[in-house]
Amino acid sequence: MQLLLAGVAQGCVYALVALGFVLIYKATETVNFAQGDLMMLGGFFALTASVIMGWPYWATILFAVAAMAAVGMLIERVVLRPVLGQPAFTVVMITIGVGYVVRGIVTMVPGWGTETYQIPTPFSEDVWNLGGVILPVQQFMVIGMTAALCVVLYAFFRFSTLGVAMQATSQNQLAAYYMGIPVRRVNMMIWGLSAGVAAFAGILLAPVTFVHSNMGFIGLKAFPAAVVGGFGSVPGAIVGGLIIGVVEALAGFYLPEGFKDVAAYIVVLVVLLVWPSGIFGETGRKKV
Amino acid sequence: MRFIFKTDYAQDIRIVKHGGHLFWYGLLGAVLLAAPWWASEYVMSQLHFICIYSIVGFGLMILTGFTGQVSLGHAAFLAVGAYTEALMQAAGIPFGVSIACAALFSAAVGVIIGLPALRLKGIYLTIATLALGVIVEEIITRWHKLTGGNEGKHLKPVEILGWKLESDAEFYYLCLALTVICCLACVNLLRSPTGRAFVAIRDSEISASCMGVHLAKYKTMSFAVSAALTGIGGALYAHKLAFISPEQFTLFQSIELLTIVILGGIGFLHGAVLGAAFIIVLPQLLSIAKGWLPEGLAPSGLQAVVFGLILILFIIFEPLGLYGRWLKVRTYFELFPFYRRGMFRRQKSYMKSERLR
Amino acid sequence: MSFFKVDNLGIRFGGVVAVDKVSFEVKRGECYTIIGPNGAGKTTIFNLIGLIYPATSGKIYFEDKELTDFAPHEVANLGIARTFQNIELFEHATVLQNLLIGRHRHRKTSLWQELLFTSGVRAAELAQREAVEKVIDFLELAKVRDSLVAGLPYGVRKVVELGRALATEPKLLLLDEPSSGLNPEETDDMAFWIEDIKRHLGVTVLMVEHDMNLVSRVSDRVLALNLGKVIAEGTPAEVQAHPAVIEAYLGKAA
Repeated sequence: MQLLLAGVAQGCVYALVALGFVLIYKATETVNFAQGDLMMLGGFFALTASVIMGWPYWATILFAVAAMAAVGMLIERVVLRPVLGQPAFTVVMITIGVGYVVRGIVTMVPGWGTETYQIPTPFSEDVWNLGGVILPVQQFMVIGMTAALCVVLYAFFRFSTLGVAMQATSQNQLAAYYMGIPVRRVNMMIWGLSAGVAAFAGILLAPVTFVHSNMGFIGLKAFPAAVVGGFGSVPGAIVGGLIIGVVEALAGFYLPEGFKDVAAYIVVLVVLLVWPSGIFGETGRKKV
Repeated sequence: MRFIFKTDYAQDIRIVKHGGHLFWYGLLGAVLLAAPWWASEYVMSQLHFICIYSIVGFGLMILTGFTGQVSLGHAAFLAVGAYTEALMQAAGIPFGVSIACAALFSAAVGVIIGLPALRLKGIYLTIATLALGVIVEEIITRWHKLTGGNEGKHLKPVEILGWKLESDAEFYYLCLALTVICCLACVNLLRSPTGRAFVAIRDSEISASCMGVHLAKYKTMSFAVSAALTGIGGALYAHKLAFISPEQFTLFQSIELLTIVILGGIGFLHGAVLGAAFIIVLPQLLSIAKGWLPEGLAPSGLQAVVFGLILILFIIFEPLGLYGRWLKVRTYFELFPFYRRGMFRRQKSYMKSERLR
Repeated sequence: MSFFKVDNLGIRFGGVVAVDKVSFEVKRGECYTIIGPNGAGKTTIFNLIGLIYPATSGKIYFEDKELTDFAPHEVANLGIARTFQNIELFEHATVLQNLLIGRHRHRKTSLWQELLFTSGVRAAELAQREAVEKVIDFLELAKVRDSLVAGLPYGVRKVVELGRALATEPKLLLLDEPSSGLNPEETDDMAFWIEDIKRHLGVTVLMVEHDMNLVSRVSDRVLALNLGKVIAEGTPAEVQAHPAVIEAYLGKAA
């Protein structure tokens, strides 16, 4: 049970990163390999706000999310807009490049560099004791905040004009243009949203892995999460992330050493071979 | 301006298209053969790496550039080739056999890694290859008995039929010979039905299938050939470094290999060589640039930033890569003064979702 | 022995019945056209013949062999070639290379021979190129022989698509809306070519078409479909005058 909870909490972080992925994929059908690095940058923004500038926790969250949203929009405007409409592979490589640049810049900025930092949170040490099972409040908060975010996003996509517009641009750009949707601006906002979610994930992850420039590698585990849940499905990303988190926790405990790291990848391979569209995903079929 | 009149079918098939080709490639060949005389030891070492990465680049180019299967797990093939060579040399097997085995084992692994490709497309294939690459790396690290795990393996210098290749020049000629052989093999492949089948798969799988191309067979073949070439490169890589360990074959190595192909120019064999050369020369330029950095900025991140920036800039501004740029320059001079700026412009395309078509 | 027979063919996509118990037979050497309003299932039938979709019911026989026993890529080997409604050419290859891929089923060399480019491979290549030149001459594509398909206008692409199908040396040629998007001159050319294909090359043509002029000119027999079902079959004149066909296209009289 303990293990499960840890797995779920870790899974929530994967889920959040995967969520960022899936948002971008849903809107622009591109995969953002830099999502993990954006998460790392978000963590660093939070660090700056809370440690260097001494702001309270909630203000830190707002600042980091807002700052990252701006960064996300900037990235879209500068890097992705010129390659709008090109095949997926090209865009994937560009996002890999973006990831490198972000990592490099973070190590180069004075005050950040390559060291590891810690962000103080209001609930680091508390622990609840429920019938013999020890539940760190930390993990609970992670799960709780993730759930809250999911509800907000679901409502956004379902009911708001912008959300529906985003779904339209993801399916057929040219048609969306004809319908008067400002496709490029919508893309920019999706990136901002996705980067904001990444920042959120970074802040939630910070107490566990601490903030350092290689934090973004966790982002690589988010791919399996997104695939398992089905690329292009928001609830899928969450479910996928949770599954991967739990599988990893169980693998780390029950299987010999080394399996923990590859567990996620083995899962994704199995899912891809058996069930390519994932749990909630859609199958594509080319019509000739 | 050069006008080439087609007078017989063999002209289309010939590798050397006209006299100018022969002259310039001959000159290049002469310069490369004479390298031990004009190149310093440092440049020779770089040339070794360029040859090795060129061979790997050919492999990846065939898979990604010509068959359209993007692979983010190519470091796995490099690793298989390297470790096969290391283990076989330790067992006393002669070089000729061991390098053939490196190629064959890599091809076998390539077939296995290619299995997902038969059912997956696009980003799913990329993620599957990524996953497989990581798994192979982990297997190598954990299989302590066979591969020595994180302690790595050492290699002795190459020995062909009793003759030890201990000097730089001798190893260089070996690398050069293998590079030329691999290049010719690739060129032969591309001007034959199999190469055309690969291109068909890249451009339109459905119509390729309707024309009689057995998709599964050719995709597997592409993976196998690509992996075999990479395996040969891996074997040479192992000898060059004389020490291999799992850390050299991570996801980042795969990304670097893919970058070689992109920077060089996807869809052109020359691109592999140009990309390899660029990637090898880049760190040298960077260490010069580090001297210019202002105070306060740590130089350690510069490599990542420059690497990422170059990748981004090339994809945005020079999608045909280095070879594409060379083509444009050459066409400009060939057609002077009739070169038009829009000649190589790519068509504006709009994204249409593959999911619901 | 029947040349090409479709027997009670049907396919459903979920709840939608796209093709419903369609049966027809094509005789060797004739030009058989399938007409019908949009959504009637014509291209779906082609996709079923090409084994791109698996049929949910019915059988297809080609020269008395059951097609469903084969894999999609083996259909070409049997001698059936097709063109696509939305052109599926290989965009980043030249016209010549596109046509050469059409020759793929005549390939006799193995991977190892090709890697070494033996004299056998060389001779095979020269033979393939000679065969392709015949198609290029037939369709007057010599001008665009070495151009990349990506830069060609739509009308030329349709011709290249036809050429690629012809390069396979088929016995049965499936043409999916050969004249869609072509101007009157190009449609005329297309009509001449289809007639030549039928008479001089001896290829049986199975066509889906909307342009009734072309259909009347070129076809021997016509099959009319609506909503996946057969509504009429006969000569072009008979089908055009058939009341069910008129109703399908124009609606019932008030």
